[in-house]
Amino acid sequence: MSPELARALLFQMRRIRAVEEGIADRYPAGTMRCPVHLSIGQEAVAAAVGLALRRDDLAVSGHRAHAHYLAKGGNLPAMLAEIYGKLTGCCGGKGGSMHLIDESAGFMGSTAIVAGTVPIGVGLAYGMKLSGTDQVSCVFHGDAVVEAGVFFESASFAALKQLPVLFVCENNLYSVYSPLRVRQPAGRSIARMVEGLGVPAASGDGNDAAAVYEMTQEALAAMRAGGGPRFLEFSTYRWREHCGPAFDNDIGYRAETEFLEWKEKDPVVRFEKALRDGGLVRAGEKDEMDAAIERELGAAFEFAEDSPFPDPSAACSDVYATEIRPGPAPVVMGEQSWRQ
Amino acid sequence: MTFAEAINQALGLAMAMDPGVVCYGLGADDPKAIFGTTMGLQDQFGPDRVFDMPTSENAMTGIGIGAALYGLRPIMTHQRLDFALLSMDQLVNNAAKWNYMFGGARSVPITIRMILGRGWGQGPTHSQNLQAWFAHIPGLKVVTPSTPEDAKGLLLASIFDPNPVVFLEHRWLHNAVGEVPEGDVRTPIGPARVARIGKDITVVAMSYLTVEALHAAKYLESRGVDCEVLDLRSLNPIDWSAIFASVDKTGRVLVLDPGAATGSVAGEIIARIAMERMPSLTVPPARLAMPDAPEPTSFGATKGLYIRAGNVAAKVLNILGHDAGDVFSKLPEPTPHDVPGAWFKGPF
Repeated sequence: MSPELARALLFQMRRIRAVEEGIADRYPAGTMRCPVHLSIGQEAVAAAVGLALRRDDLAVSGHRAHAHYLAKGGNLPAMLAEIYGKLTGCCGGKGGSMHLIDESAGFMGSTAIVAGTVPIGVGLAYGMKLSGTDQVSCVFHGDAVVEAGVFFESASFAALKQLPVLFVCENNLYSVYSPLRVRQPAGRSIARMVEGLGVPAASGDGNDAAAVYEMTQEALAAMRAGGGPRFLEFSTYRWREHCGPAFDNDIGYRAETEFLEWKEKDPVVRFEKALRDGGLVRAGEKDEMDAAIERELGAAFEFAEDSPFPDPSAACSDVYATEIRPGPAPVVMGEQSWRQ
Repeated sequence: MTFAEAINQALGLAMAMDPGVVCYGLGADDPKAIFGTTMGLQDQFGPDRVFDMPTSENAMTGIGIGAALYGLRPIMTHQRLDFALLSMDQLVNNAAKWNYMFGGARSVPITIRMILGRGWGQGPTHSQNLQAWFAHIPGLKVVTPSTPEDAKGLLLASIFDPNPVVFLEHRWLHNAVGEVPEGDVRTPIGPARVARIGKDITVVAMSYLTVEALHAAKYLESRGVDCEVLDLRSLNPIDWSAIFASVDKTGRVLVLDPGAATGSVAGEIIARIAMERMPSLTVPPARLAMPDAPEPTSFGATKGLYIRAGNVAAKVLNILGHDAGDVFSKLPEPTPHDVPGAWFKGPF
C-alpha cells in the first residue's frame, strides 16, 4: 500500500469516526429528529471499500449508511442537513438519516427496509452490463440481509446473468438485539452459503483496513474483467446501540466483555498504529488530520443547524415526477449492445 | 387488431424507439409469449433486452427499479396480478416512494403489467383484482385500458412516464378486436374516455366492465334510457372533472368495479360524488362490484357471479324506477358463463 493511499484510508476512517461521534454527541439535543444508526467501530469496511471503488462505480446501502455514503464521496453538509430535516439536506428533509443519496458521488440511495436495496444494486449492475461499461455496483449490507428471501433471489440472478455486483456484508453479529445464533443455523458460514448460490465469496477481518482494501481490489479486478458478481463478508462490531447515540451493553443482550474485546480491535487505532510502525505516517500527522476533520465537521454542523426547514407544503411535493432527470450513470447505449 | 396484438405492437415500438426499454417476465420468451403479447420481441431485440426470469417476483421488481435508476425503462409482466403480491415491498416501499423520499432526485420509470384473471376455474389465487391496493399508493400510477387502441396508447404512455405505472390488463380483453392507430400514438394517463354520450344516467366503468356497460347501454336505448358511459382508463389519477361533469348533467350515477366491493375504487368514486356533487344527485349513487369473497373455481359456483351486461342494465332500470322487463331475456348470462367467448378453451 502506497503512503498516499494509506494516509487517505486513515483519514477517511478518522473522518467517519469523527462525524459519527459528532452526531452522537449532539443527538440528545433533540434537533436531529429521526432514527440514526451509527457506524462507530465499523469504519474500516466503509473506508477501504470506498477508496477501492471508482467514483463512477455505484453504491447502495441500508439504514446504517452514513459511513458508506461518506466513504463513497457523499457530501457531508448535505448528509448532516438531511439528518436535521432541513431543506438543504440531500433529500430536502424528506428522507432523514435512513434515506441518503448523492448521485454525483455514485451513491444511488440507502433505504430503511432491511435488504430493500439489494435487488436495486443488482439492477444497476444489469444496466452496467447491458451498456457494456466496466463499472461495478456495490451493495453494502449487514448479516441479517442474507436471511431475507430477496437476498437469495438477487444473488441468484446476479449469478445467473454474471452481473458486476459486489455484495459487501458487514457481519457485526447482531440485528438490533438478536444475536446471530437465533437467526442463522450454528456453524453455517455466510460466505460459504453464498458460494453455494453461485457467487464467489470470501470472508475476512473487517477491522483490518488494509486487508479489506486488498480483498476488495482483488474482487473488483475480477469483476471488471467480466468475472460476474462477488461477495465479501467482513467481521466487525458495532460499538453503540443499534439505533441511537448511546452505549447499551448494560441492557443484557450482549456482554460488556465482548464489547471490550472488540474495542481492543478498534479498526482506526489499529490502522494508525500499523502506519506509524511502518513509517507510513509521521508523528503529528494524525493531529493534522484531526484538525482538518474538526474544521470540516464544525462547518458542516453549523451549515446544517443554520439551514431552514422545508415548508409544510413539502409534505405533498414530489409524490410524482414530471420529467426524467439525466443522471451520473453513463448511459452508454451503443448500437452494438442491442443488436444480435 | 386484438388487444393482445396492440400490446405487442406497443412493446415493439417502444423497444425500437428507445434502446433502454427492456421487457421481462415469467414466460416472456416462451412459445405462448404471454398470451401473444411478447410474440417476436426476443427475436427482434435479443435476449439481453427480452428475457424470461426466475420465479423471484420481489427481486425482479427491485432489479427493474435499479435498472430504471441506471437509465433504462424496464417493463415487467406478471401473468397474474396475484403473483405481483410477492413484490409489494419493492413496488410500494421503493418504486412508489423513491422520488418522494429522495427529495425529487430521481424517479423510477418502470412499468408493471399485471394480467387480471377471471373465469375458467382460475379460482381464488388466479383471479384477484386488487386494483384498489395499487390505486391507494401515492407515487404509483394505475391504468386499465378497455380497448385495443387504449391498450397500445396507454402502454406507450406508461413506458415513457417518469413514474412507476401499474398497467392492468384484463385476460378477457386479450382477444377483443378494435381499430388501432399506427405509429407512436399515446393515450395520456389520467383523462377518462366518454365511451357513450347520454343524458339519463352516468355509468362509470373500467376495464372489462366498460364492454359490458356498452352492451347494456345499447339494450337500454330500446327501453328509452339514454346512458352516458365513462371508461375511466386511469385509476390513479382519477379523472374527477369528467366524472363530476357527467354527474352534474345526468344527476344519476352507477359505478361498475371489477374488484371486490369493500374498499374498492368504486367506493372512492361514490364517496367523492356524495361529498362534492350532492346537490346534483336526484337519486342515491349506486355501484356494482364483485362480492367480498375470493373467486371460487367450480363452474357451478360461478353461475351468476360475474357482472354482465344484463346485470348492468337491470341495475340502471332499477335506479330509474322501471321494471326489469325483458332485460334478462335480451341480455342473458352467456353460456358457458365462465369464459369471455366460445373461442376460449382454457387452460389459462
